Amino acid sequence: MSNDRRTDDKTCCCDPVRRSLLQLGAVATAAALLPGKARADDEDDPRRMERPQVGDFLVYAGGDQEGALIIEGALNVGDEPVLAWATDPSRKILRDGTRLNQILVVRLDPSTMDAETKSHAAAGFLAYSAICTHMQCTVTGWIPEKQILHCPCHQSEYDPRHDAKVVGGPAPRPLAALPLRMVDGKLQVAGEFIGKVGMNKQTM
Amino acid sequence: MIGLRQTAKVAFAAALLGSVSMVAALAGEVDNYSPVTQQRLENPEPGNWLLYRRTYDGHGYSPLNQINSTNVKNLEPVWTFATGVNEGHEAPPMVNNGVMFVATPYGQVIALNAKTGDLIWRYKHTLPEDLFQLHPTSRGVAMWQDKLFLAATDDHLIAIDAKTGKELWNTKVQDYKKGQYMTLEPLVVNGKVMVGGSGGEYGVRGYVAAYDADTGKEIWRTFTVPEPNQPGGNTWRGDDWKHGGGSVWITGTYDPKRNIAYWGTGNAAPWPGDQHPGDNLYTTSVIALNPDNGKMVGYHQYHQNDSWDWDEIDAPILIHDMSENGQTIDALVHPARDGYLWVLKQTPAGIEFVSGKPFVGQNAFKGIEPETGRPIVDPEHKPTTGKDVSFCPSLWGGKDWPSASYNPETKLVYIPANNNMCETLKGEKQKLVVGQLWLGADADHAKLIPGADHIGELQAWDPATSKQVWVHKFPKTQLFASTLTTGGDLVFVGGTNDRMFHAFDAKTGDLLWQMKTNSGIMGMPVAFEVDGTEYIAVQSGWGVDAQRIQDMLAKTDWKLNPDVPQGGVVWVFAVKH
Repeated sequence: MSNDRRTDDKTCCCDPVRRSLLQLGAVATAAALLPGKARADDEDDPRRMERPQVGDFLVYAGGDQEGALIIEGALNVGDEPVLAWATDPSRKILRDGTRLNQILVVRLDPSTMDAETKSHAAAGFLAYSAICTHMQCTVTGWIPEKQILHCPCHQSEYDPRHDAKVVGGPAPRPLAALPLRMVDGKLQVAGEFIGKVGMNKQTM
Repeated sequence: MIGLRQTAKVAFAAALLGSVSMVAALAGEVDNYSPVTQQRLENPEPGNWLLYRRTYDGHGYSPLNQINSTNVKNLEPVWTFATGVNEGHEAPPMVNNGVMFVATPYGQVIALNAKTGDLIWRYKHTLPEDLFQLHPTSRGVAMWQDKLFLAATDDHLIAIDAKTGKELWNTKVQDYKKGQYMTLEPLVVNGKVMVGGSGGEYGVRGYVAAYDADTGKEIWRTFTVPEPNQPGGNTWRGDDWKHGGGSVWITGTYDPKRNIAYWGTGNAAPWPGDQHPGDNLYTTSVIALNPDNGKMVGYHQYHQNDSWDWDEIDAPILIHDMSENGQTIDALVHPARDGYLWVLKQTPAGIEFVSGKPFVGQNAFKGIEPETGRPIVDPEHKPTTGKDVSFCPSLWGGKDWPSASYNPETKLVYIPANNNMCETLKGEKQKLVVGQLWLGADADHAKLIPGADHIGELQAWDPATSKQVWVHKFPKTQLFASTLTTGGDLVFVGGTNDRMFHAFDAKTGDLLWQMKTNSGIMGMPVAFEVDGTEYIAVQSGWGVDAQRIQDMLAKTDWKLNPDVPQGGVVWVFAVKH
């Protein structure tokens, strides 16, 4: 499959310092550990499988802050992204029934975003599907110098300032974008995923 | 490329050579299928390809000689078949009396009339929606009686009716959500279907397991990383063994004389050795298992405390009665990812070291201990945490998983090697998160040696003397595919980024024939015969690590185009009569 968004050597990663995402226990001082269950009583509740819904909040998917709401002060501009799940407004349903629901949250300078990307952002926060569109690995890498998301499996790279377009590697298309809004200092889902989550199904 | 009319002529001539086809194919079903027995696996007919490397000893050798060094220049396509999927097509087309079984990425098995290319049936395993595939490929289906066995990337082992393509049983081996998956062609011995698990980059604990061919029930499972109270357990620190790697993802070889199956094992996890101190048995080793019960009866660790991602996964080639320094030995020959050609021998006590010699540029070992074969590691070239460390060869090694072959006529081993490519790794502490890649290092930093004009090398070695006999260098390309050698004094290999399929003179290394195919070839070539005509078959379909190397080469001074076209096609060739 061709990748019409492949770029030249200048934008491909040649010698970056890559970091894993903040979900691995990094500090999130402004995160709020709110009362209430982050997981449904019924592990088989089909709502856990649903993609993030409008009105859902976002919580940390792992690390020291696992289960805590992601709030406005959680990240500084340019910090490493964090992995997140969506949770319904009552916080009884955590939509972690499938890894396809994993979300990347990153905070960037809005002035560096293109108009389309900026329309999905809230206070500089952006959310994308964490599932690589190549082979569905979790996109856990971050190249801080270039502010590029990086998939460690096959080196696909995405630019979060431009709707997560592909800037390197074999991924055929951008990560799906998840529109955000800020409600009372908390990140909330403002729309369904734009674009398909994960890879195209192979057809025969 | 010849025209359609010529292709048709070749097929017509081939059809005329035999009066009666060896197999009748009804629409969707194979008639008169020849059951695969232990006797047939141990003594396969020259015209068939019933095992991963045709024979249990892993030779990758066909005695067929109708296509030979004299007439191979007339080799032409007879038929092709599009598999309909992308990514790395690595499996050998398996052939049983005129029926070909082809495994492709995404859990597909296709049964074809090996003579005509007509579709008989197609099986498609439904993969889970949320599956992630680090290596989206299959290395083939195994055969036993009237069944085929597919080890799928969602970690299910599946039995398929060879005649109809219907699924007979489907056994979950481990949990793909934990990064456990399979890509290898199973190894069947006496009705036991043996598989191993991939996932060395996800912190799994490797194993070989055997399943009942009739029922799919697990019979035994032997872990490649021992628990603390087991032999070898003292080569691990604390709980490191629980996620120590040692995955098994290439088909084993088997010695019927001793009833021993030999399996190669993968890297220790995560990559930097300082994060799992100790020798880390039985990673980067060959292990000898009794296929009846899984009991380990011997091993040899090629290098200790792996830090380079040098999976020694390719099982050794077994050469019985090889002359070596005035002795006759039953040799185990392994052209290794660590860049050494290892020669071992089987003795009543187990596996013993014989010799080791680098076949590509290698700076991680200062030498080897002469009695044990233990490498003397240069710490300056051993990756560790918090420091950039360079080493050669790269993490793809002197020879990755693609198999070498051995020709009992020329007595040479044909190695698809990669030279002049090195790596820089910087280890970093990473918390293990189930289902996420866990390398413990920042990867993708391979580089060419300054001035290098090639990487790929087809090398011929005499394992009895550990001397290179000839080498063919491929300009500005990797060589990433298994070799086939035949009784026609030939060596076939794809593996280059120019999409070529090549035939070499097995004695001299002269390039005798080549043809550009649809895609790059990662597939394992085979030779087979139907109705008196010899054919060569291979899958062309680029992807996985061959593409990753290509992506790396595109960033070097060579400035190669990273776009090697993808899309799988089965190619079958014969000599025009």
